[in-house]
Amino acid sequence: MSLAFTLAWRQLRSQWAAGEIRVLMLALVMAVAATTSVGFFTDRIQTTLARQGAMLLGADAVIVADHPIPAPFAAEAGRANIQTSHTLEFPSMVLHGERSQLSEIKALAPGFPLRGSLMIKQQGGEAHEAGGIPEPGSVWIEPRLANSLQVREGDSLELGNSQFKVSAILHSEASRGGDMFSFAPRVMMNAADVPATGLIQFGSRVKYQLLLAADAGAMKTYTAWAQPRLARGERLQDLSTARPEIRNALEKTQQFLGLAAMVSVVLAMVAMFLAAMPYVQSSQDSYALMRCFGASGKLISRILLLQTLMLAVIGSTLGSLLGFVGQLGLGWLAGKLFVETLPAPSWQPALAGFVVGFATLLAVMWPSLLRLRHVPALHILRQDIALPTWSAVWQYTPSVLLAFGLIAWHAADSKLALAAIGGFSALIVAVLVLTRLLRRLLLALPQQQSGAVQLGLAAIRRRPRLFMAQVLGFSLGMAALMLLALIRGDLLHNWQSSLPPDAPNRFVINIQGDQLDAIKAFFKQEGLSAPELHPMVRARLTAINGKPLDIASYKDERAKRLAEREFNLSWAAEMQDDNRLLAGEWWTPAQAGQPLLSLEQGIADMLHVKLGDHLSYDVAGQPLELTVSSLRKVEWDTMRANFFALTPPGVLDAMPANYLTSLHVPRAQENMLNRLVQQFTNLTVIDVAAVLEQVQAIIDKMTNALQYIFAFSVLAGLIVLYAALVATRRERVKEATLLRVLGASTTQIRHSVWVEYLAVGVMAALVASLIANALAFYISQQVLNIPFSFNWQASFLTISLAMILIPAASWWVLRRFLRFSPREILHST
Amino acid sequence: MTGAVVPDGAAAQALSAVQHENNVMISKRKIMQKPLAVEAVNLDKHVSSNGNALVILSGLDLAIAAGERIAIVGSSGSGKSTLLGLLAGLDNPTQGKVLIQGQDIAPLDEDGRAALRARCMGFVFQSFQLLPTLTALENVMLPLQLAGREDAKSQAIAALERVGLAHRLSHYPRHLSGGEQQRVAIARAFAPRPAILFADEPTGNLDAATGENIIELLFALNAESGTTLVLVTHDLTLANRCGRVLSLQQGRIVELEGVA
Repeated sequence: MSLAFTLAWRQLRSQWAAGEIRVLMLALVMAVAATTSVGFFTDRIQTTLARQGAMLLGADAVIVADHPIPAPFAAEAGRANIQTSHTLEFPSMVLHGERSQLSEIKALAPGFPLRGSLMIKQQGGEAHEAGGIPEPGSVWIEPRLANSLQVREGDSLELGNSQFKVSAILHSEASRGGDMFSFAPRVMMNAADVPATGLIQFGSRVKYQLLLAADAGAMKTYTAWAQPRLARGERLQDLSTARPEIRNALEKTQQFLGLAAMVSVVLAMVAMFLAAMPYVQSSQDSYALMRCFGASGKLISRILLLQTLMLAVIGSTLGSLLGFVGQLGLGWLAGKLFVETLPAPSWQPALAGFVVGFATLLAVMWPSLLRLRHVPALHILRQDIALPTWSAVWQYTPSVLLAFGLIAWHAADSKLALAAIGGFSALIVAVLVLTRLLRRLLLALPQQQSGAVQLGLAAIRRRPRLFMAQVLGFSLGMAALMLLALIRGDLLHNWQSSLPPDAPNRFVINIQGDQLDAIKAFFKQEGLSAPELHPMVRARLTAINGKPLDIASYKDERAKRLAEREFNLSWAAEMQDDNRLLAGEWWTPAQAGQPLLSLEQGIADMLHVKLGDHLSYDVAGQPLELTVSSLRKVEWDTMRANFFALTPPGVLDAMPANYLTSLHVPRAQENMLNRLVQQFTNLTVIDVAAVLEQVQAIIDKMTNALQYIFAFSVLAGLIVLYAALVATRRERVKEATLLRVLGASTTQIRHSVWVEYLAVGVMAALVASLIANALAFYISQQVLNIPFSFNWQASFLTISLAMILIPAASWWVLRRFLRFSPREILHST
Repeated sequence: MTGAVVPDGAAAQALSAVQHENNVMISKRKIMQKPLAVEAVNLDKHVSSNGNALVILSGLDLAIAAGERIAIVGSSGSGKSTLLGLLAGLDNPTQGKVLIQGQDIAPLDEDGRAALRARCMGFVFQSFQLLPTLTALENVMLPLQLAGREDAKSQAIAALERVGLAHRLSHYPRHLSGGEQQRVAIARAFAPRPAILFADEPTGNLDAATGENIIELLFALNAESGTTLVLVTHDLTLANRCGRVLSLQQGRIVELEGVA
């Protein structure tokens, strides 16, 4: 073993025993644990999402077309050893005796589904995996079709020219994602039976799908090959399109987890900086002595570097282990998010944890390494010889750059990263300016205060750098925790209010204008409140600002589809509370009947429509001219009925309209829906209860995960606060001991500590509150898209707690040393 | 820190030249027959304090023969420790030069001087300066290892046995008394058999009886190894046990005649 290694190891071992690097190590472990636990957890969630997405598609990717899929796509898949299957979907009337129901027919080829499974029930038994597709001549149907047609297993159904036997009841079809408004009851049949039905003819609306499944690498290559070959009416769907409402909650949680991990790492870095201060102090004599006995600068550098690397290896290993255990807790809290438990984590996060551990420690230790590397040997004879100083830019640039890099990495969102970097930078500048101002003020004040106050204020005047370092440490810790607390509160509040227990779980569509009164009467008779009925007018966009719509000019596939298909126009006098006005103005009652249009921001962007543009529609052959008077943001995850395009009342009165409503039907009252459908046979009821329950369960679990990771950050914050206290303990103990030697009572010393730390606490809490509220405002509004409410109670609480806890903790850290005699303390220091 | 304010003008220059001549004469008179272990020529050390130049050492000449035992005395703040730092190459003079075994150390960089110290110097300090992170044995091994000695461990054990601490090899400094710590420091200083040993107030932190024992040990080892000893102290009794006593007064060396 080399001399450098031996000395580095011995020094590390003994400094650990003496407690000098414990805070440093603890902070490092926290930084790595925060990174890895969130990394492990996010990794598992992402894998789950990918699997879930695959199940929703029934494949890893699907080529969808409104015409038969060109043969080269399947041929290329075959060449690349990609599994394939195909389906056809089309609407058709299904007949049983006198009864009929519009249904969504899905014809399956062997192999379907390539991912996930179909669950069916047969002969009244439990649901089980289908293990294949319907036999030729038979169909599987959804329970609501069985209800509306009054058919049972074994009965016959008429589909086009063919008769089919119902051989099973379809229990669940994971691959039924997408637009819920297209939902009509599902019928599954064998694709081989389709030609005989005669249902597919020229002009039929058929969705053709080529399903693909292979490992991620093969799929990536295939996707890259296929994308440029897609013709009009063809598109490639992959895992990123699954279930927007669940994805939304998960995305926000991931953003919060990222934010929390980022805050934890920044906090840990601050703690490490503070903890490095006593480490440098205690090490400089040792290195000066080694220089004195002939150690070269190179040897000192090697020892310092080895010691840092040893710390990094130990801290990163412990941190990764802790992170792994931590994410087990996260995974446990998140529970069965979907239909299965979370998959095992990969080892990537541990690797990331090691990179973070090494990088943060090296960056944080860099100024100390510079100083200790050049500690003069003369320091051993003359303790008053100062360590060489370096320009602040040279010392702190690596740490600042690394902190910014880590923030950007964890935030995974440019707005969030820039906000955090801007906020923390503003905090540092504010602390620097305010502490200097306070010191100047103290120097200018006449020194006539009482003894203890005088002593406390003198400490601030005497040690401006330490005072500043402490205010900085405390305010960074508090700001980060407040920021998380504020955002967490807003996020939870937003989730709870967006999905109240009575959130709509059924949509009823296809209500005709002449049925409105009868429907209202039906609801009254059932003892339910009158439904909110939203009109819908089918309209096709033909021109923007007089220029005929050029569908080919849209590069985005979704924009092309939106431009091609019919819009649902609706009207409303008031804006729903889950809508937010982004531009323009909502109409007044006096503007009823004026040809105005309020568009959802996303669709306006996609179609390149601006405020004030004139849009021309074709409504069943009648032209309609509307001017865009406002743009809205819509919270789609509230599960309420919402529309992309709205007009004032009175504009669409002459147009053919049908209506939809959304309602919450408690489980016990579900029979009411059967009565509704039996009375009004043209209505279609869409059941979103299962989706809603799933979303609610996920949000509940995400809430737990959120609280858990928040606790993690609180712990990191407490370590920072502790490090800030310990950083200056050595000097403070020595000073307090000298004061005692000179005759100061313990009470006088306590008062002076209280005065000094009261100033530290108040200043830190004020800056922290200001910055945290500003950052929380920006992040809520701009990143998470949730409303922000200024929380003055939280700010007041923070400042009050800081005024009590910081001085109390400082006294607690100091107090135990005052139990020793001054001689013992002076001897040991 | 105190010092003399720099005199200016021709008178001061003339005075300085005469004193320089005198000092060289006195220093070299007794040691002309032996090779020099340490030599300082026209050494100045100024520091700036609150904008004023403070003279710590001025035109100092000193010659110490190999194997000689000298004491440097002076009141607090007279510059004793500064001189020791300059002679050991721990600090740079404002002017003048220091020669160790005939080699001018001025052209050497920090690492060159560190290597020179590892090769031929040992140190004993007032506050012991043991590395708190190392055991007694490891502390003594350190300079041997820095000098690249293969037999570091056996030499260190032998040195600790010599100072009577064979039973304390694995103890950390915090578990040793002040006297024991200084004995470890002496073992550390002598273990590499340095040509020159610098001792800075070696009994300053010890009670009288322990201090006496330490000095006995220091002198005994010095006699055994034939090391050149440069002892800085404010204790004249201790100083008088050395072959030569040099007094630092107002930044200059004055040899005290009639001692020893």
